[in-house]
Amino acid sequence: MTEYETVVGLEVHCELATATKLFCGCRNAFGEAPNTNICPVCLGLPGSLPVINRRAVELALRIGTALNCTAQRSIFHRKNYFYPDMPKDYQISQYDEPINVGGFLELPDGSRVGIERAHMEEDTGKTTHVGGGGRIHEAGYSLVDYNRAGVPLVEIVSRPDISSAAQARAYVDELRSILVATGASDGRMEEGSLRVDANVSVRPAGAAEYGTRCEVKNLNSLRSLERAIGYEVARQIALLESGERVAQETRHWDEGDGRTHALRSKEEANDYRYFPEPDLAPLVPDARLLAAAAEGVGPMPAERRRQLSELLKTGPEPAERRDGSTTDQVVTVVELGLDELVHGAVTAGADPHLSLARAANEAAANPDAAKLLDPIAFAALLKMESSGQLSATQSKEVLAELMTHGGDPAQIAARLGYEQMDGAALDSMVDEVIASNPEEWRRYRAGEEKVAQFLLGQVMRASKGRANGKLVAAAFVARRGV
Amino acid sequence: MTARQAPGIGTVTGIAAAVRSGEISARSVLQRSLERVADLEADLHCFNVTTAEKAMADADAVDRLVGSGLDPGPLAGVPVALKDNLCTEGIPTTCSSRILAGWIPPYDATVVSRLRSAGAVPVGKTNLDEFAMGSSTENSAFGPTRNPWDTTRVPGGSSGGSAAAVASGMVPLAFGSDTGGSIRQPASLCGIVGVKPTYGVVSRYGLIAFASSLDQIGPFAATVADAALGLEVVAGHDPMDSTSLDLPAPQLLASLSDGVSGTRIGIVEDFLSDVSPECGEAVVAAGEALAAAGAKVDRVTIPELLLGLPAYYIIAPAEASSNLSRYDGVRYGLRVDGPDAETMNARTRGEGFGPEVKRRIMIGTYALSAGYYDAYYGQAQKARTLVIRAFEAAYRNFDVLLTPTTPSVAFPFGSKVDDPIQMYMCDVCSIPSSLAGHPAVSVPFALSPEGLPVGVQVLAPALGETVMMRVAASLEAAAPGQARGPVTP
Repeated sequence: MTEYETVVGLEVHCELATATKLFCGCRNAFGEAPNTNICPVCLGLPGSLPVINRRAVELALRIGTALNCTAQRSIFHRKNYFYPDMPKDYQISQYDEPINVGGFLELPDGSRVGIERAHMEEDTGKTTHVGGGGRIHEAGYSLVDYNRAGVPLVEIVSRPDISSAAQARAYVDELRSILVATGASDGRMEEGSLRVDANVSVRPAGAAEYGTRCEVKNLNSLRSLERAIGYEVARQIALLESGERVAQETRHWDEGDGRTHALRSKEEANDYRYFPEPDLAPLVPDARLLAAAAEGVGPMPAERRRQLSELLKTGPEPAERRDGSTTDQVVTVVELGLDELVHGAVTAGADPHLSLARAANEAAANPDAAKLLDPIAFAALLKMESSGQLSATQSKEVLAELMTHGGDPAQIAARLGYEQMDGAALDSMVDEVIASNPEEWRRYRAGEEKVAQFLLGQVMRASKGRANGKLVAAAFVARRGV
Repeated sequence: MTARQAPGIGTVTGIAAAVRSGEISARSVLQRSLERVADLEADLHCFNVTTAEKAMADADAVDRLVGSGLDPGPLAGVPVALKDNLCTEGIPTTCSSRILAGWIPPYDATVVSRLRSAGAVPVGKTNLDEFAMGSSTENSAFGPTRNPWDTTRVPGGSSGGSAAAVASGMVPLAFGSDTGGSIRQPASLCGIVGVKPTYGVVSRYGLIAFASSLDQIGPFAATVADAALGLEVVAGHDPMDSTSLDLPAPQLLASLSDGVSGTRIGIVEDFLSDVSPECGEAVVAAGEALAAAGAKVDRVTIPELLLGLPAYYIIAPAEASSNLSRYDGVRYGLRVDGPDAETMNARTRGEGFGPEVKRRIMIGTYALSAGYYDAYYGQAQKARTLVIRAFEAAYRNFDVLLTPTTPSVAFPFGSKVDDPIQMYMCDVCSIPSSLAGHPAVSVPFALSPEGLPVGVQVLAPALGETVMMRVAASLEAAAPGQARGPVTP
C-alpha cells in the first residue's frame, strides 16, 4: 500500500465580541428571543445602508496582529447568492483585498501553520427547517431568526500546512486561546462563536501536487473536527487505493454516524458574482486604528510559552522529576493564563520549576481563583516548601487554603498545625524508625535503594505528614554513611 | 395639443416666506395644492398615493408653530412630492413595482426627515419607472404618467411623476432620484429645473437602491432659486450613509444672482451632432446668452464622454442585479408561494418584476458572472475611469460645461418602449456626470417648433454646485418665459 500524507487547510469563522453588529447599532447577543435584535439595516430593508462598526475593525486588526499578519487597505465585496437567512441575498464580505494577509500561528509543539488571510464579513441569520429531518429540501417549512444577521465575523484562512487531524485540533485550540486572549471572541464553539470548515486532501507521500480536496462542514467541536478529518482522510485513501478518484465537493460531518456526507450538488453550484460593495468606502488602517488594535494585543501564547521556558532556565534543575513533563506544564500554565503568576512568584524569589509545577497542577485545579493569587504570597509558600519548612503535601494543603480564602501562608500553615518540625524532633523520629525496623535498615545499608521509600514512609506516618521528605531522606543518607 | 401657462401654486421661496411671516397659512397652501392634484391627477397620473390627511395634519402643525411665534423652517408650509422610491414611515413605498406593492416602510429616508424638519409638507408619492429603470415612466407597474405639456407624450423618467407634478403646478417642489439622468431628463421634457447633486452631497439613506454608486437624490422646481433652496435643505453629511460626504450643505442661494462674468464655459461639441436640431440649437443659444452676460464661452470636444453610455449600461445593471436580490418573497412585499424556497423565490420575482427590470437584472447578472466579469464589469469600470479623467482635463480649462440634457423633446407614448436601446440613448448626455459623480442641472431654455420645452444641461466638477447653479440662474434669466412650467394640460 502506498504511503499517503494528509493535507489540511482550515477556515475558521470567528464571531467578534462587539457590543453591536457590523453595520448597524443592533445588539450583538447570543440566545435572545428570535428577531428581537433587528433593524432596517440588518434586515436589509429597501433603502437601508451599512455603516462600518469601527470597533469590529479594531478587533479584526487585533486578530491580524496576533496572527503575525500584515494589515492593509481593504475593500468590501458583495457575495451574491439567494438564501432565506440572508436579508439582502448578498453577504458583505472581503474578497481579493482583505484587511489582514500573510501571517502564521505557532503551535505548542513548535510547528508553524501559515495564515493566508483573516478577513471581515457579516454573519447570516439562522434558519430552522421544520420537518423533513432538518434539511431545507425536505422541510415542511422554515423559520428564520435574523438576530445573527450582520454580526461581525473574521474568517481566518490557514494555508494547507496542517498534516494531521491532531495538528488541526491543536491549531484550532491554539487559535481559540489567541482569539480569547485578544478579547476578539469568547471562543465558544458550542454557541457558534467559532465555526470551522476543513479542506482535506491526501496525496502519496512526497508528491509535489496536492490531491483533490473536499470541504468538510458542520464541525462544532474540537472532537468532531479531529474525528471528521480522520474519517475523511481514511475515506479518501480508501477511494484512491481502490483506483477511484476523489470528487471535489462539500461534505457534511454527521456526528451521529461518524461519517461525512456529500451535500447535494445544487447547494454548492454557486457563482457568487463578487463585486466591490458600492455602499462602503475602502478601509484604510490609519495610525489611530492600528494603535487601538495594538493596544489590546499582549504577547501571544507561543511567545508566552517561550518566556516561561526561559524563566525555567534561571533556576536549578529539579532534583527529582515532578508530576508531568515540563513542556506540558508550560502549555497548561499559558493556556490558563497563570504564567503571570509564575513570573511573579519567581521574581519574589520562588524556585522556577517548583512555581511552574504548583501552578500547572494544584493552582490549575481552580484557575479562576489561582489568577487572583498574590504572587508574593504564592512565592512565600513555595519558599517554605523549598526550605523544608513544609512538606510537599503540606504545601499543597496550604495552597488550597490560600486560593479559597487568601491570607498569609505562614499563618495558614500554623493554623493547620504545620509548624516547623525542628531538627532534633526529626532526628529522634528517624532514629526511632531505624530502631523499630532493623531488617529494612540492614537492607538499606547493604545498598537496597528501594527500601529507602519504605523507611521514609514510616517517618512520614510517624510525623503525620509534617516531616519534610527531603530532610528525612538526607537524614537516612547521613546515617548510612556513618 | 398645446399647453397653456398656468398660475400654479407659487414659488417655494414665496410660499415659505409668506407662511413664515404668517401672511398665509400652510393649510391654505396645501388646500390649493390638493385642489390642483384633484383637478389634474386623472389626466396626468403623477402620484401612486396621496396623503392628504397626513399632509393636513403636517400643515396645521406648521401653522401652530407660526402661531406660537416659532419658525417652522426654510420650507415652511411648502407642499412637496416625493418619488415613490424614497422611504416614508407609515406610507406605502412601491418603486412602482408589483413586488413592493403594499409594503409600508418603518422609517423615513434621511431626505424625508430633513424636509419635514424644514417645515415642508409631503403630499404624496410620485410615479416612476419601476425601480427607477427607464426614461418615460412607461415602465411603471401602475400605468404611465403623462406630460402636462402634451398628454400624448411621456414626461420622461424615471422621476416622471415628480417632474409632471411640479410642471403642472400641483406642488412647487418635488424630489426624485437620478442614476443616469432620471431627474434631469424628465425636468427637461417637462420644462422645469432638475438638479442632480455631487455624489455624496445628499444622503441616500432611505432611497431604495437602483445602482448604489450612481444614485443621487435631487430637487425639481419651476425656478433655479427654488431648486437651490430645496437642495440646501436636504444636503449635508449623514452618518447613516457611508458614501455621504463629510461636508455641510452647500450655500447656493447667497450667490445665485452674482452673474457669470468671467466664468469659463465650455460647450461640449460631441453631443451636438447626434441630438435633434432644437436640442442642439438650444445649447448654442444658451452659450450665446451666457457670453452676452459676460461669461467666457468656448467649444470643447471630449470624445471619451461617449464611452459613458455603454459603461453605464453595464455598471448600473450589475449593481441593480445585486440590489434587487432582496426582493425574494421571504420578508416583505409580494410572495407567490411554491413548494420550496427556491420556487417561491423564482415565482415571486417572475410575477413581481416587470420586463425592463428583469432585462437589467439579467444583463447585470451576466456582466458579473465568473468568466465574464473582466470583459464586462471590469472594462466598464475602466471606461468610467476614462470619463472621469477626461472631465478632469476639461475642467482645467472650464468652470462648467454645457450640453443638451436630452437628445430630443418629449416623445409620444409607445415610440421607444419596444426598443430598449433607443430608450437607453435618452441618457447619453446625462450619464457622463453620473459616472463621474459630478453635479449637473437641467434648465428649461427654449421651446421646440411643436411648443415643447427644451432643456439645457450645465455640468460642473465635484462640489461645483455653487457655480453651476449661478450659471443656471443666468440661463433662466435669459430664457423666454414660455419655456417654463407650470402649465395646465
